Amino acid sequence: MKPPPFDYRRPATLGEALGLLAEAGSGGKVLAGGQSLIPLLNMRLAAPARVVDVNRVPGLDGIEAGPSGVRVGALARHAAVERSPGAAAAQPLLRQALRLVAHPVIRNRGTVVGSLVHADPAAEMPAVLALLGGSVRLASRGGEREVPAAAFFTGPMESAVRPGELAVSAFFPALPARSGTAFHEVARRHGDYAVAGVAAAVTLDEDLRIAAARVACVSVGPVPVVADVTAACGPRPAASVAWDAVAAAVRDLVEPEGDIHATADYRRHLTGVLAVRALRDAASAAHGEES
Amino acid sequence: MTTRLFGEPVRRREDPRLITGQGRYLDDLGAGALAAAFVRSPHAHARILDVDVSGALDVDGLVAIYTWEDLPGALAEPLPLLIPHPALTHGRTAYALAREVVRHVGEPVVMVVARDRYLAEDACALIRVDYEILKPVVGLEEAAGGAHLVHEDVPGNIGAHLVQEVPGPGGVTAREAVDAAPHRLEFRLDVERSACTPLEGKGVYARWDADDESLRVYSSTQTSTSVRMAIAAKLGLPLPKVEVVAPDVGGGFGVKIVHPWPEEILVPWAARLLNREVKWTEDRREHFVSSSHERGQVQHVRAGFDDDGRLLGLEVEILHDHGAYTPYGIIVPIITSTQLLGPYRVGAYRVEFSSVYTNTVQVTPYRGAGRPQGVFCMERTMDKIAAYLGRDRTEVRAANFIQPDEFPYDQGLTFQDGRPLIYDSGDYPEALRMLKELIGWDAFPEEKARAAAEGRRIGIGVGCYVEGTGVGPYEGGHVQITSDGRVHVSTGLTSQGQGHETVFAQIAATELGVPIEKVSVVTGDTRRFGYAVGTFASRAAVMSGNAIALACRKVREKALRIAAEALEADPRDLEITDGMVHVAGAPSASIPLATVAVLSNPLRYAFDEEAKRATQFAGPASDDRPPVAEGEEPGLEGRDYYSPVRSTFAAGMHAAIVETDPDTAEIQILRYAVVHDCGRLINPMIVEGQIHGGVAQGVGGALYEKMVYDEHGQLLNASFMDFLMPYATEVPRIETAHLETPSPLNPLGIKGAGEAGVIPVSAVVAAAIEDAEGIPIDRMPISPSDLHTLRLTR
Ligand SMILES: Cc1cc2nc3c(=O)[nH]c(=O)nc-3n(C[C@H](O)[C@H](O)[C@H](O)COP(=O)(O)OP(=O)(O)OC[C@H]3O[C@@H](n4cnc5c(N)ncnc54)[C@H](O)[C@@H]3O)c2cc1C
Repeated sequence: MKPPPFDYRRPATLGEALGLLAEAGSGGKVLAGGQSLIPLLNMRLAAPARVVDVNRVPGLDGIEAGPSGVRVGALARHAAVERSPGAAAAQPLLRQALRLVAHPVIRNRGTVVGSLVHADPAAEMPAVLALLGGSVRLASRGGEREVPAAAFFTGPMESAVRPGELAVSAFFPALPARSGTAFHEVARRHGDYAVAGVAAAVTLDEDLRIAAARVACVSVGPVPVVADVTAACGPRPAASVAWDAVAAAVRDLVEPEGDIHATADYRRHLTGVLAVRALRDAASAAHGEES
Repeated sequence: MTTRLFGEPVRRREDPRLITGQGRYLDDLGAGALAAAFVRSPHAHARILDVDVSGALDVDGLVAIYTWEDLPGALAEPLPLLIPHPALTHGRTAYALAREVVRHVGEPVVMVVARDRYLAEDACALIRVDYEILKPVVGLEEAAGGAHLVHEDVPGNIGAHLVQEVPGPGGVTAREAVDAAPHRLEFRLDVERSACTPLEGKGVYARWDADDESLRVYSSTQTSTSVRMAIAAKLGLPLPKVEVVAPDVGGGFGVKIVHPWPEEILVPWAARLLNREVKWTEDRREHFVSSSHERGQVQHVRAGFDDDGRLLGLEVEILHDHGAYTPYGIIVPIITSTQLLGPYRVGAYRVEFSSVYTNTVQVTPYRGAGRPQGVFCMERTMDKIAAYLGRDRTEVRAANFIQPDEFPYDQGLTFQDGRPLIYDSGDYPEALRMLKELIGWDAFPEEKARAAAEGRRIGIGVGCYVEGTGVGPYEGGHVQITSDGRVHVSTGLTSQGQGHETVFAQIAATELGVPIEKVSVVTGDTRRFGYAVGTFASRAAVMSGNAIALACRKVREKALRIAAEALEADPRDLEITDGMVHVAGAPSASIPLATVAVLSNPLRYAFDEEAKRATQFAGPASDDRPPVAEGEEPGLEGRDYYSPVRSTFAAGMHAAIVETDPDTAEIQILRYAVVHDCGRLINPMIVEGQIHGGVAQGVGGALYEKMVYDEHGQLLNASFMDFLMPYATEVPRIETAHLETPSPLNPLGIKGAGEAGVIPVSAVVAAAIEDAEGIPIDRMPISPSDLHTLRLTR
């Protein structure tokens, strides 16, 4: 469990980093928190010719929260985003989700943007970005482009990042007034990747009936599965929603696979249960915001 | 007396070192050594056609590449079968490097030595091995079917077959007793594979001294003395030229008692051949696929009982999976078959096991060593009887208990040490009473009803075990008091974090009457103590503890004899307190042990102040007596051995309350209670620590850990990402109570405690889930997904 040889570079500026990545082409890999890349290297599952360590690049660790949402820089650690009061106020789902990501020591190093690029279908942050309709900003020597979540996650462990590109930040939009969010998951052990998990966002109308309801499900498809369940939930107050029918609707939307930790059937069942739990919590959070 | 430390919760003296990063584990040693790495078989069963190393020869820093063909003499022979048994008719062991056929994924095929581990792995990746893939044998029942063979010359894949039968009253067989019983139950149980998974894997570091023609080997082992003998034998070296040291060892739990591991002889061999220091540090992936596993069994049970739930007859048939090889014999299924009986008296008992080969990692003892499976069997039986009769589960157990006045109690079986299974002492009814009180057994039905009214499902379970501990043949202790008043204790067996430095010091301080700060303890270093068996079977405290106590008594006697002469007193009037020998009741007439040590060793040369006082010209000795009296030896030291006639039998009972989520099927342990009896307690805090660690591993076996092999014999979860060892967050708080029924078999009255915690956990958790869910739980471990499936198929 030692990596094969690679060319290690630690650029001091963004321009230098982009230059090194451009030079390396498809043989280049960005090293951010290293919590996913280093194990892959050690197990010789990845053998990049060059590793570009961006940890010394200044200006990439920003967390900018405003009324429209939160922009998270490439070097913002999970823990920093989790603890940011501004981020939590602008988009509470960030903190709700980050508490479920791995363990504190891993969150101290792992980055939110790294997690998005890594695109593990069991990871929480891709689901959050997908649910909120956020985007990732990619920079290369040629310039920058902003890729919406719907186009960013292209497959299990595959994202739209091209050789030579560095993801410099991600944007998580805020929700309209009278909105609430929640994240529920079942993991085998505390901090493990979820066996199944659901992020939910609910917006109420002026009469406190559900006007919009969406879920994003993890571990049940190659990429986060986003579903609009407004029709099944609204326009009714949360207390009179036929939650069993909502669970059934979500169950029908996902095509999970079985593995050594859970059968496909269990994952489907769980997704229904967790969707209802997350939607109900999101609805009461939306209520709480109102009062 | 200030020095009476036996029985006190003395803080672990090793902890400041171990928890502040000052521990010296194998990989902390030998910074400049060459590194070894291995090409291991990617196939479960294959014939090696060709090994092509040419691609690796250009790797910078490559030093050597070895295959089986390079191995000389005894190194080229199969590894030893350590514990032969007449029932093991087809014992098979591996070669240090595979010869012709590989029989599990992970078997070492080629050894590479390079400047560092990175380069060694680069070279490994460039070595090409051509295989002809053979049909893999995976799964117990498939193996027992015998359609394909793991070893061509082992028909039906059956390595061993053993029947033990204890007739009931009037000589009835178990079959007859079951058939004639008023009630009968028949069922099947399954226990999955798991493994020790110590945080530190194995590791070996060897230094050859060409000038001295001697070898120093460090190994992360549970038995340095035996590794030493194996190395000397395999390398053809004189025993005195080989030293083996177990440095700080980061856990063993059984896997490191197996020896010699291929690496334990290959690394020293390469070090001598190359005349360079060589080190191999096992990585986690290697550990999963090339160290040992345990637990996997299928059991078929027939039980016959009366209206009170008394077991009149019990028949158990066990299929035991021992993997590809049997270096450690059939200790595990023997323990399952014998310790299955637990604290119970069974009318008539018949147990039969077949130990079968599969193309998987070999099976050798893992903490508990076959007992968790046996206890699972017996305790599931008790619960099924209670359910059948509609009786309280603790009542059924109590009806079957051996009573306190029946000890010594002969179960009529032959134990793992080849000696009769005779329980020395115990008080099972009292232990059960304590446990019921601790967990609140009688009030639980109300609690359960209250929870049910809130839509919650909770359940309670109980499990009992008896554990044969402190098996022989022997251990020894050496105690030396030097002229600075320090006490140096050594014993040959090794430590893996249990707290030996503390408990052995407590014993020595108590026996000698010295402050514990003066006592230092060395374990597992053949330079200090050459004769030992090893650390396993919950034996260290019983065996080395008693040996050290006996050695201390010898030293004490000698010290009193010398002091009596100096003080012109009768030795019988002397006591030792705080390192001072004094006349009882007259503290002023005293002499420090340090001075006694000086007096014990007449010298010719004065190299310091102490020595000056000990020269032959200093003493008051008379001219007509030799400086060292007849029958005496210079120095204040003693050595003794403890060798018991048979094992001591510790016991315990656990109870758990679990909650299952009605929707997600998640399983949570709400409370976990332990009543534990290991005879006299040397250090209650350390015993509790052992229990906590054991229960944590038991929780792993009950809810999380399994080795998932696919039909090709690939281990699908060979990492801590997918092999789910419980984190601290998964282990409940553990409530403990101690009962002390001293063992009559040894001077200290102690029994072993190392493995106890793990033994009944699967049984207890299964019982609690069954109580919460009303579904029989006959297969462990159980995951939420499994529980969901059980709910659907109910
Ligand atoms: C024990 C353990 C448990 C975990 N549990 C969870 C969990 O429950 N949920 C979860 O979501 N995650 C979990 N993780 C993963 C963790 O969140 C990682 O930190 C995260 O997935 C990757 O972030 P990183 O900064 O460490 O990325 P790295 O490991 O540095 O990189 C990961 C990949 O992304 C690429 N990359 C990273 N940053 C950039 C960038 N800015 N631009 C372009 N490419 C980039 C790298 O090249 C690499 O391919 C766990 C990790 C561990 C070790």
